[in-house]
Amino acid sequence: MSLLKYESQLREPLVDGEKNYHQVTEDIISPIEMKPTRLWYIGFYISVGLLLFGAYSVYREVTYGIGQWNLNKTIGWGWDITNFVWWVGIGHAGTLISAILLLFRQGWRTGVNRAAEAMTIFAVMCAGQFPIWHMGRVWMAFFVLPYPNSRGPLWVNFNSPLLWDVFAISTYFTVSLLFWYSGLLPDLATVRDRAKTKLRKLLYGVASFGWTGSTKHWQRHESLSLVLAGLSTPLVLSVHTIVSFDFATSVVPGWHTTIFPPYFVAGAIFSGFAMVQTLLIVVRKVMGLQDYITLGHIEAMNKVIVLTGSIVGCAYLTELFIAWYGQNPYEWYAFSQNRANLFSPYGWSYWLMMFCNVVSPQLFWSRKLRRNITVTFFMSVVVNIGMWYERFVIIVTSIYRDFLPSSWSTYYSPSIWEIGFYLGTFGLFFTCFFLFAKYFPVIAVAEIKSILKTSGENYKAKMTDIEKSDSEKFYVEEVEHAH
Amino acid sequence: MAGGIKKFVVGSFDDEAVLFPAVKNVRKAGYKIHDVYTPFPVHGLDHAMGLRETSLHTAGFIYAITGTTTALSFMSWVFTKDWPLNIGGKPHFAIPAWIPITFELTVLFSAVGMVLTFCYLCQLSPFVKKHHFHARATDDLFVMAVECTDKTNEADLQSFLQKSGAKEVNVQVAETGWWIGRYDREQKLYREEKGY
Repeated sequence: MSLLKYESQLREPLVDGEKNYHQVTEDIISPIEMKPTRLWYIGFYISVGLLLFGAYSVYREVTYGIGQWNLNKTIGWGWDITNFVWWVGIGHAGTLISAILLLFRQGWRTGVNRAAEAMTIFAVMCAGQFPIWHMGRVWMAFFVLPYPNSRGPLWVNFNSPLLWDVFAISTYFTVSLLFWYSGLLPDLATVRDRAKTKLRKLLYGVASFGWTGSTKHWQRHESLSLVLAGLSTPLVLSVHTIVSFDFATSVVPGWHTTIFPPYFVAGAIFSGFAMVQTLLIVVRKVMGLQDYITLGHIEAMNKVIVLTGSIVGCAYLTELFIAWYGQNPYEWYAFSQNRANLFSPYGWSYWLMMFCNVVSPQLFWSRKLRRNITVTFFMSVVVNIGMWYERFVIIVTSIYRDFLPSSWSTYYSPSIWEIGFYLGTFGLFFTCFFLFAKYFPVIAVAEIKSILKTSGENYKAKMTDIEKSDSEKFYVEEVEHAH
Repeated sequence: MAGGIKKFVVGSFDDEAVLFPAVKNVRKAGYKIHDVYTPFPVHGLDHAMGLRETSLHTAGFIYAITGTTTALSFMSWVFTKDWPLNIGGKPHFAIPAWIPITFELTVLFSAVGMVLTFCYLCQLSPFVKKHHFHARATDDLFVMAVECTDKTNEADLQSFLQKSGAKEVNVQVAETGWWIGRYDREQKLYREEKGY
């Protein structure tokens, strides 16, 4: 799907090593055809274990009620909604990479988009768990849908941000899934056509929908991808905007701010990229995909991290300034006492967030550190911790001291089942991701092939000589090649 | 459904740079290209083959405005006619508050509609089986299938393709179209399998 027609020789190659089309197929598809490694089994079983613990925690919550969590009248949203916003945020990088970077014609997206999109889908699945189980009487969950019912019909409140959320998250999940799967079809067909065993042929035959690679089908596929990218771009921005409306349209000091939508979107992209880094640094190493997810890819993502991290930092400072400048005593109290005061009950979480999200990503102004895998991995974890605390700070520090001091809840800490639920979503996420990494092409094979001759290392090397000797001829060749 | 049985001369190319002039030459010589199967989207190949532009994006637009009107008209009906709910004395007809849902439904209708249309047009679905001219067409070969008519001299066409740079050339009898089948079953003509 390369929209690139001409690429400067100054640009770093996106595919390293001596590759041809067949080698690309071989490198990416052959891990699917091999038996899972021991490491895979260990990781998979740990994930399933976490998932089971999560399932038990949810079972307790459903059976005995929300009282299993340490929420109280004042702190009605604790870990649960923190986790929801955190997972949704993580789910933003995939669509950003596949849609926005497609529109911006960033060739490097081809190496990472497939895994990032998969991550998006799994993260949104995890996110969805929290509001659903938070309902308490989960068997009534379908009440959020506007369907003709015997209660009037009494419809849902279309003016409520919580309902907007229902539409936003479910649309986002559906569109991401369609985008991801339509991109997968040609690659699943590649697996099918290489399959030696009957079972694999059957399963991938079913999964690939009878894809042949016909030119007309590719033409439609390109059109579909482009339009889906165009639709997903505003969609990805809208989702976290709407999540931020859950807070911003309320009248709670600390939530009632107009800066929330852009600040949440930047934060979402920030944490999403951090999670992509965490996963892909492991995946490229374990599956030997260093030629496709190069240091250049990691550096590009780190650039996004330092940019969005700085936007988030600006937003924190703006918020603080406006709280003071606005001269609303409640607003200023929420910021100066509940958050910025290190010695207040939750002051530590505010400063931890500041350190993780604003100070630490500044390391990435240095090219050397951007290209250092250990530093990147460590930073990606730090950023995700920081972004979790951001949501915790926003939710808990804004509500634990409400307008009635007698109901102040000075210390809220989660119960084991609240933590268990969170760990359970990690289990869900990694179980899905392990299955994905084993049974699906983790890199978009067809897309890599389409950029191979403009951005492959060995092809670039060949082009360099032509460009040096006769730049006009080079240009003609490149353009001809593209048409 | 399985189309008619036809005879094809199939040439497989290993480089898209060779494929382009070959497509041009084959068309110039008056042969009818059935299809070219490629492992990735080769830009400009549709033009070289003389295919018309797809109007899938137009369909997407139509689905999108369907979503917009569905959302707006439904919410207006609910909140102004069917059950005008008093929410803090605010207007019943509250367009600004409906924008998020309207937008989401626009995107949802458009995306779902387009993907379904795409699958319908390309006949993509689980358990749909089609004839594959070369197993490596999804790996590293660009496979051109040229349809034979009564007047076609197969030997001529084969050598013509070879001269145009095809690495492998052969003649295949195949069914066009699709049928319900499984890829783990042996490659057989649908009609033979059913005993027609």
